[in-house]
Amino acid sequence: MTRQQRVFEVVRTSLAILIALTIALVIVLVVSDDPGDALGKFLLGPLDSFRHFGNVIELMIPLTFTGIAISVMFTAGQFNLGAEGGFFIGAIAAAFVAINFSLPPVIHPIVAILFGSLVGSLFCGIPAILKVKWGSSELVSSLMFNYIAFFFGLFLINYYMRDANAGAMVSYLFKPTAILPKLVPRTRISVGILVAIALVVVAWLFMQRTRWGYRIKLTGANAKFSRYSGIDTNSVVIYSQVIGGMIAGMGGSIELLGMYTRFSWQNLPGYGWDGVIVAILARNNPLFVPIAAFFLAYLRIGADIMSRYSDVPNEFVALIQGTIIILIAASSFLAKYRHKLVFKEATRKPVTGGEA
Amino acid sequence: MDELLRMEGITKVYPNGIVANKNVDFSVRAGEIHGLVGENGAGKSTLMKILFGLNQAEEGRITLEGKEIRVDSPYAAIGHGIGMVHQHFMLVPSLTAAENLVMGLEPRKGLYLDLQAAIRTTEELGKKYNLIVDPRAAVRDLSVGIKQRLEILKALHRGAKILILDEPTAVLTPQETEELFSQLKLLREQGNTIVFISHKLNEIKELCDRVTIMRSGTVQGTFDVASVDEKDISRLMVGRDVILEVQKGPARPAGAVLKVRGLTVLDRFKKRAVDGVSFSVRRGEILGVAGVEGNGQGELVEAITGLGSFSSGTIAVDGESVAGMSIRRIRDAGVCHVPEDRMTYGCAAALGVEANLMSCNHDSPEYTGPVFLKGKAIRANSRRLVEEYAIKCSSPEQEVGMLSGGNIQKVVVAREFSSGPSLIVADQPTRGIDVGATEFIRSRLVELRDEGAAVLLVSADLNEVMELSDSLIVMYGGRIRAYVPDAKAVSEEELGLYMLGLKNQTPEEIARVVHD
Amino acid sequence: MNQVFSLIFAPEFGYSVLRVTTPIMFATLGALISDKAGVMNIALEGIMLISALTGVVFSALTGSSGVGLLAAVLAGGLAGLFLAYCALKLKTDIILSGIALNLMASGGTVFALFLIAGDKGISSSLASKVLPKLTIPGISSIPVLGTMLSGHNVLTYVAFLMVAATFVFLYRTPLGLRIRAVGENPNAAASVGIGVTKIQYLALTLSGMMAGFGGAYMSMGYVSWFSKNMTAGRGFIAMAAEAMGGATPLGSMLTSLLFGFFDALSNTLQLMKIPSEFVNMLPYAATVIGLVLYTVQKTRKERLARESAGAAPAVTGATAGKKE
Repeated sequence: MTRQQRVFEVVRTSLAILIALTIALVIVLVVSDDPGDALGKFLLGPLDSFRHFGNVIELMIPLTFTGIAISVMFTAGQFNLGAEGGFFIGAIAAAFVAINFSLPPVIHPIVAILFGSLVGSLFCGIPAILKVKWGSSELVSSLMFNYIAFFFGLFLINYYMRDANAGAMVSYLFKPTAILPKLVPRTRISVGILVAIALVVVAWLFMQRTRWGYRIKLTGANAKFSRYSGIDTNSVVIYSQVIGGMIAGMGGSIELLGMYTRFSWQNLPGYGWDGVIVAILARNNPLFVPIAAFFLAYLRIGADIMSRYSDVPNEFVALIQGTIIILIAASSFLAKYRHKLVFKEATRKPVTGGEA
Repeated sequence: MDELLRMEGITKVYPNGIVANKNVDFSVRAGEIHGLVGENGAGKSTLMKILFGLNQAEEGRITLEGKEIRVDSPYAAIGHGIGMVHQHFMLVPSLTAAENLVMGLEPRKGLYLDLQAAIRTTEELGKKYNLIVDPRAAVRDLSVGIKQRLEILKALHRGAKILILDEPTAVLTPQETEELFSQLKLLREQGNTIVFISHKLNEIKELCDRVTIMRSGTVQGTFDVASVDEKDISRLMVGRDVILEVQKGPARPAGAVLKVRGLTVLDRFKKRAVDGVSFSVRRGEILGVAGVEGNGQGELVEAITGLGSFSSGTIAVDGESVAGMSIRRIRDAGVCHVPEDRMTYGCAAALGVEANLMSCNHDSPEYTGPVFLKGKAIRANSRRLVEEYAIKCSSPEQEVGMLSGGNIQKVVVAREFSSGPSLIVADQPTRGIDVGATEFIRSRLVELRDEGAAVLLVSADLNEVMELSDSLIVMYGGRIRAYVPDAKAVSEEELGLYMLGLKNQTPEEIARVVHD
Repeated sequence: MNQVFSLIFAPEFGYSVLRVTTPIMFATLGALISDKAGVMNIALEGIMLISALTGVVFSALTGSSGVGLLAAVLAGGLAGLFLAYCALKLKTDIILSGIALNLMASGGTVFALFLIAGDKGISSSLASKVLPKLTIPGISSIPVLGTMLSGHNVLTYVAFLMVAATFVFLYRTPLGLRIRAVGENPNAAASVGIGVTKIQYLALTLSGMMAGFGGAYMSMGYVSWFSKNMTAGRGFIAMAAEAMGGATPLGSMLTSLLFGFFDALSNTLQLMKIPSEFVNMLPYAATVIGLVLYTVQKTRKERLARESAGAAPAVTGATAGKKE
């Protein structure tokens, strides 16, 4: 990307966010009896206390994981939406280790997270294998697998890990050795954030500086060219999704062991879908993922605070999210402006002819 | 005769920055067959797509019978009586001929489609213009010639008075071409105007009244066909007074690198696209493959490079059979490949120049350690290649899609030629690119030959295949029809006869190319 | 096991298959129409949610289930139009547009529900109406068949009529011809002056309306309320059903019935001692297995065709999958 294009992309992204926020503003104005207060809570709520800001950072962690998972798969041109199920089933796997194994402190969470990652990678690998072997659409099968992961996970919790003494349908308490220590007092920010930061760096290095990452980019950009170049594109299709699933599973494990003392999710947490937004905002670049994750987490927490203290429900964030996806991924959004730039430059250069 | 249509000052820039038409003027008289010639990439098709409303020009105007018209869609073009027969047929394979014919102008019976009326129309129109097509056949079952007929009928059915034909003969057999010409002449007699795009000068001479010559996106002139000869046209087309000459010494061929024996390749329709072909390419020689496009050259190249499969016969590189080998291993065996379609196979337009240059060798120890790529070595190599191949780019990170066609092709050849190949398969290596890049690529091919590489050159450009090759084979209908050991010793006319299947060498003469 | 069989072979089971097939069938027809026009509608899931809520709200407002249905179908059409606008005008990848629309629908319906009904989970505070059930005079008195076929919600019958209507529309009308042409070769369609974008707008709108029927059925027939994310992946199942049905109306109907069968089975098995989570998994697992079996036999058929023509199996590796 040339510098000019980079500036253009930044302008485009900012404008898309601005439009989405304007829509949010209009919704709040229409819906709320006290729009000023609601908006204040929405936009500034996350900053009004240490705890609220902590919430933003807490939420940023899972979004970073799924954002990177989706980035890797999208870069390979694979529309695998299994990050949602991978996150969930990874968490279940980690819960299993956290409840049933007796291990020394540092080792215990590591084993749990590794197991969660493994299960996540297997989970996202299945649609990949079905695609390579028989051409089944990874999009449709990964969507189905999300539901399968959900019900299967609940089954495991309910029949093998359920704490009958607890009132709700929750698992036994995790062994204290398995729980990730908190990093920042008075918040739930665990050492998981360090793993997330490390992952950002590793994922960036992997995509930018290793041959495997290069092959993912090449295959996603033009699979025929990649094959022509002698790259085994089938294996790229598979390992990109296995890695994506691994990261999603790792994210689920860390979320669970960092934030909770027992498994209590009754729904798919939705972080897989959020990962799509994060990946689009970050242009599939791991280095930008934390920024995008922070932005989305900020919106979410702002909306939560607003819905707690005013009359506007927090689900309206979904409308903002949708708008952002559509505008940023819209190739014709501001495209005229870009074409004009190209046209101006091209007519200045000597005629070189071209494909007629 | 009166002027019917005029295009003035047409300029078209594609989003990737390629200027396909620059300030083009073009005019057509009523009732003539007007030839539009130029090399691949000269801008002929673009100009006609603008006339037909498929592309929008940045600048310029179009007038029909003196009145300015706006053609912003094919629909508008049809409304003005302009019809087009595209190189790639605009037909829907699963629908019948009649359904294709009436598509967009469907006869109705109440709310429903009146299929019987569609069939009647097809039959009646066919009789009127002597373009007979079976209305009930599904288009996917029709031969190429019949499909083209149906395309012409479609345009006429829509009331086209001006008919644009985009290289209609490229896909036809000689008999079909002949038939087409007599049908076109009949259409002219009935008062229609035809724009005939071609790069075959003999066809222009035979069929057209006037001819407009394009080069590099500009018009070189319009002439009465009777007043110019083929050499004049060719000079304006290629832009030089002499036929291009490649500076090269005589070839010193040594042992065979590539041995192809009895190769048969079936295409998607289970037809024998390549039919029992045997030949060798020797170290230090350029073997040209001449032929009209679509006579098995593409399938041959795909079989050798591993992109496609083959059903029988053998292919060996340096004595090792490539059957069952991955593309990776074929490349490791010393084969490189300049693909015919550089945007589909030759590059990733959205990635940078460097990323495109390293696709084939990024995993060699020179460029990658056990984990990380060696950024410095890669950067040094891409800088070297950019310089050596004079690739005009703002930086090695610039997107390849933003470069001109010639520079994109230089990226492709820089990558392929720098791999130290023992066999170079070059498929249309200079198609649609500027003269500078063309000359550069041709002289690199000669250099590599002199360094001992074997070169298989496939080209539809007769000039190129005759001048650049040391020896030649001619393909027609999936078979080798002739072998010319010294490319200098054959005339264009004679090659033309082989290419069109009008003449064949004896099997013994052809077998000389096996070099056993 | 015997208990399972006795449940399945009871006429009530047949009735419940048709009952649960209805929304899937509407959505599958929606997937079919957009697919024929060459545009992939992955927003069926979200559109059904929007329509389900719209139906409830409007029927509660007007006290008429008919108005509710009309509003639901219109809302579905508008959502399809919105998807078309994003994909065709703004040129956002249609899958991403669909994901965005699904997100907006899943959050937006809860948002709207809270504003209207004051609850984030269920619409029970709204006095919404249910579409009538039809007793078919001749059939209802036949012993087994009557139980299975009669007394369904009116939309169940509409769903089956829609299969026929979709067939006639796609294969016997000028517009259907154009839709098929646009999906198979958009350049060809454009070259004869058919507005490709216009046809795709129309197809996505119709596709949305079909999903709208499905959504209306969910909240005004299947149950009598709207609840959060009540479609539970039926829109996605529909995409698989459409692919498996070979992109034909009849095939779509049969595969919808197949998935309906598993859906009904899972409902029936709830009554037994099988873990309910396993049972809930059934329709999704069946879909994925069905999809794989379908693609397996498709690739095998292609391979057989190649071999019978005398060609050896591909000598080199298969092509890599990019999204088609």
